[in-house]
Amino acid sequence: MCSYIVEKAKLLGSAKGPNGWMRIDAANVYYDHPFHAPLDHALGIDFINEAEGGRERVAVELSAQSARELVERILAALASGEVEHGKAAHHAAAAAAE
Amino acid sequence: MTYESMLAETVAFRGHKGDLGEAYYARPLGGGPWPGVVLIHHMPGWDEWIKEATRKLAHHGLATISPHLYFRDGPGSPDDVGARVRAAGGVADEQVIGDVAGCMEFLRAQPYANGKVGVIGFCSGGRHTYLAACSLPGIDAAVDCWGGNVIVDDPKQLNPKRPVAPIDLTEKMRSPLLGLFGNDDENPNRDQVNRTEAVLKKLGKNYEFHRYDGAGHAFFNASRPAYRAEQALDGWTKVFAFFHKHLATQAAARAA
Repeated sequence: MCSYIVEKAKLLGSAKGPNGWMRIDAANVYYDHPFHAPLDHALGIDFINEAEGGRERVAVELSAQSARELVERILAALASGEVEHGKAAHHAAAAAAE
Repeated sequence: MTYESMLAETVAFRGHKGDLGEAYYARPLGGGPWPGVVLIHHMPGWDEWIKEATRKLAHHGLATISPHLYFRDGPGSPDDVGARVRAAGGVADEQVIGDVAGCMEFLRAQPYANGKVGVIGFCSGGRHTYLAACSLPGIDAAVDCWGGNVIVDDPKQLNPKRPVAPIDLTEKMRSPLLGLFGNDDENPNRDQVNRTEAVLKKLGKNYEFHRYDGAGHAFFNASRPAYRAEQALDGWTKVFAFFHKHLATQAAARAA
């Protein structure tokens, strides 16, 4: 059923759309009928810049399973990436101290 | 061989508070007279399937207008505009009813109109159709296709944009109502459909409900997995029979 339920996440970052890169400060997240994906329901994410009116968006529509997989991969990428970059920062600091 | 023809195009109409909006309009060519139908789109917006459905009704002899209910949040592609409306909590019932009234005026003003006007809506548009049937004079037939939230069990769902549960307005319903529902739908679910029917029956309203096994929400929509060919074919047949019965014109004879 069409719902009006939207979860909003505050963000710091950028997104690239048809008009190039744009700064984004929020994401509207919802699970409802998609506009384009061949699904009955999809997890939609609209990346927007609310400070500039929020009229432009970079959008995705994902199956529920895909969305959960993406959440896991995001967390995994962050975990491994922060370890690696943490090491690099440690090495740089150690080299500077010698 | 019968020559068939229709015209489908974007038109302007005056909606709620006289606002100038855009609509998709499809009508049979030829002299008519033709009955009119207002087609109310679903929450995702004014998409390709809605325009296909508009043309389908025209193919069956019904001059059909589908207002872009989100035109005030344009310009932009219908999906982007729909995203803005969603983020703002949807459109207000009062505004939708005003836009439907404007489209009814548009239809009746056409020189080939027979004066009869029906309303049909899908999903949230089904709910809007139920509301319109209870709110607007001059609707000759209304078709609610799986409109959810006609019954509001959680009062938190009521807000300034949607202040009243449509079921509470049923006593004011002035037009015959056709309801189509999938038995696997979760909104409206079977219990809600049964409760809606009970209210219509108790109040002596002119209605007919049809429930489909093996179908869920939006089972007419061929672009989604929910599509159920057999049930959709039967459902469309019931829609056309209902409109031709209540909007009786030459169109019924031509389409038969």
